[in-house]
Amino acid sequence: MLTIARATYDAIVAHAKRDHPDEACGVVAGPEGSDRPTRFVEMVNAAGSPTFYEFDSTDLFQLYKEMDQNDEEPVVIYHSHTATEAYPSRTDIGLASEPNAHYVLVSTREHGNKAGPVEFRSYRIVDGEVTEEEVTVVDELPAN
Amino acid sequence: MAIEVRIPTILRTYTGGEKAVTGEGASLTALIDDLETNHPGIKDRLIENGDLRRFVNVYINDEDVRFIGGLEAELSDGDQVVVLPAVAGGGTPHGVLRLPRFAPPSNNAAGTPEDQ
Repeated sequence: MLTIARATYDAIVAHAKRDHPDEACGVVAGPEGSDRPTRFVEMVNAAGSPTFYEFDSTDLFQLYKEMDQNDEEPVVIYHSHTATEAYPSRTDIGLASEPNAHYVLVSTREHGNKAGPVEFRSYRIVDGEVTEEEVTVVDELPAN
Repeated sequence: MAIEVRIPTILRTYTGGEKAVTGEGASLTALIDDLETNHPGIKDRLIENGDLRRFVNVYINDEDVRFIGGLEAELSDGDQVVVLPAVAGGGTPHGVLRLPRFAPPSNNAAGTPEDQ
């Protein structure tokens, strides 16, 4: 199960809506081993594409360096699908390389940049196996 | 000629769980060959058809090796090498195909985004 703070959830959704029709992407880092997504980090989609996303290689390096210095890991890795459902694509599955992360998919296909609900779903992707999990949105993350 | 190599989570199965290992080599390609002798299998996760895999990033002292000679990039004692899998994907229709880690989609050998 993914437990995520309302503010972080809203920030992911806002980013996805803003970048529609291109895919938006980012991470929510948290203390290593804590499973608490505490630090929202919006990333630039270097592919700038409606069907593909990729963190810029220099940004990726900086992000991992920061997380390393803070003893953090990517608790959530999110991206949006802008024309298809919020389910990992073949490409998503093939390239997923953080077995400990919650892969969050947001679909903006219904309302695009406009107000309105989005699909917001979370998965574990390990060795090519996708397992959907429940998402619980809370006002504040529980203490450790 | 000791070079520290930082290993991402997904490849730590090859390093007994170690986050960093030490290797030797005057170039990235020599270093990877040296890593392979101590951590068999790791080379195939980094290299495909004689080149760095499209969705693997390698950095030497904070520089993406793609900008400094790729596999031929030179190394010196004390350099730090960081390996990071790309964080990438995209909303192509999902299927049941299983892909090896780090590999681009099999119907897309060039490693360019699909559906473009």
